[in-house]
Amino acid sequence: MAAQTLSRMVSRVSRDMLRGVSDFGYLIALLGESFYWPVFGPRRKQPVRIEAVFTQMMQIGVEAIPILAVLTMAVGIMLAIQLVNTLELFGVESQVVLAVAKAMTREFGALMTAILLAGRSGSALAARIGSMVVSQEIEALRVMGIDPVRYLVVPAVIAFAIMTPALVVLADAMGIIGGGLFSTGPLNMTMETYIRTSIEVLTVGDVMQGLSKGLVFGILIALVGCSAGFSVRGGAEGVGRATTRAVVLSLTYVIIVDMMFTWFMNV
Amino acid sequence: MPKKTAQPAEHVLEVEDLVVEYGRRRILDGISMNVRAGEIMVIMGGSGSGKSTLLRHLLGLEVPAGGTVRMLGRDVSEMTNTEMDDLRQHVGVSFQSGALFTSMSVGENVALPLRERQNLDDNTIRIMTRLKLELVSLAGFENLMPSQLSGGMIKRAAFARAIVMDPKLVFFDEPSAGLDPVVSAELDELIIKLRDALGTTIIVVTHELESAFRIADRITVLDHGRVLVTDTVDAVRNCQDQRVQDLLNRTPREMEIDADDYLRRLTEEEPEYVD
Repeated sequence: MAAQTLSRMVSRVSRDMLRGVSDFGYLIALLGESFYWPVFGPRRKQPVRIEAVFTQMMQIGVEAIPILAVLTMAVGIMLAIQLVNTLELFGVESQVVLAVAKAMTREFGALMTAILLAGRSGSALAARIGSMVVSQEIEALRVMGIDPVRYLVVPAVIAFAIMTPALVVLADAMGIIGGGLFSTGPLNMTMETYIRTSIEVLTVGDVMQGLSKGLVFGILIALVGCSAGFSVRGGAEGVGRATTRAVVLSLTYVIIVDMMFTWFMNV
Repeated sequence: MPKKTAQPAEHVLEVEDLVVEYGRRRILDGISMNVRAGEIMVIMGGSGSGKSTLLRHLLGLEVPAGGTVRMLGRDVSEMTNTEMDDLRQHVGVSFQSGALFTSMSVGENVALPLRERQNLDDNTIRIMTRLKLELVSLAGFENLMPSQLSGGMIKRAAFARAIVMDPKLVFFDEPSAGLDPVVSAELDELIIKLRDALGTTIIVVTHELESAFRIADRITVLDHGRVLVTDTVDAVRNCQDQRVQDLLNRTPREMEIDADDYLRRLTEEEPEYVD
């Protein structure tokens, strides 16, 4: 009995691993196609439509601005509160400006943007493509000779690649302003001085670290969302599962990649 | 004008010995058939006869285990993706559910193949779209969304999208399924009208006898993954094959039960769930 249970467990684990590997392979294939279509699409009379990219950019980027601004400002305030309290112990609370600015630009700006986009746009992408699979719309595209990856995935990937770094810039700025809202009081500083000091302490490297992370996170979220959508089987329930999967998987990938990035750029 | 059928007719679609297996189950077992230019061929069969699977293979959406499908003179399995995409500009498909893009209006749906695959200006696209909508009696509905259409209108919009590129070959999957008799008769009329007006070769997959007899030039009857008969409407009506007659007379199938097999099915352990 125990042997049977064990063998079942082993077979389940190995099947899950196999699935994980094949999912990852599919992501890589999608990434490859995302580079292929913009270059070779026109030659195959299937160009990537710039309008489709702009539509996606509006949905992914511009419409996310208000909520992202609120979220990152809140993170900035929280960071400032914690840092003022902690650095006070060492008598260096004046370093809060530096700490908030570096933490936001290197880490939290990109991370918060990725979390918001995964929940907001990655899941939407999975749901949209998933319901198109269910209602045979993907097959309809294929029999029209319209490549679904070219038509649906590539515009989303390009839009994510452009808009995520742009949103990271906004996230950085709002985080720093949020930090200033709290710490100008304890530090006895005007907002203007706070922001000027922040800009002075920041290096190009700090900002670039966040931006490059943003670029990678954005592409990851788009690819995971699309691949989850294409993998939908079995009606509405499948769409729901794919949406959840898109969010969980993309957040997992984002955080692991973030850790690796931070390791290689700072250690 | 001399009748075209007097000469050896050109085959638009040739299927030879097509075999499809899902796991251990053989879904299609050596299907061979051909479709002549300009005819309406109805592929008929009950549920589970393999007609939907056959359609998916005719469309090149799946790769068969064996056999060949030649569409417009080209072997589907030997074509590159680019060649296939180009060939598909000459093939239209109207899906059972319509498969209209829910995020686009009716007009945008019909215009999509033109917009994506042809280098045309907006005016030309609009005129060609309206022409096809006129043909399916949906003029004036181009700005509605698919969710605002009735079942029959969705099918007609899907027809319009299938023929917007003036294809040589059009597939209709269950054109009259789930519609009331009047609307379904109208759709049958429309299919005949499309063939007469555009000279298109049409392949209809259906399980509706009445509709099949009304529109078909020839009928292929499918059962358990095999072709029972391919012939003209009258010949199929008079076919002596017992299974064909059962289908035509709507006789319930007699289930043959093998005692050993039955016991095995009851007692066998549940296979582990594999998705």
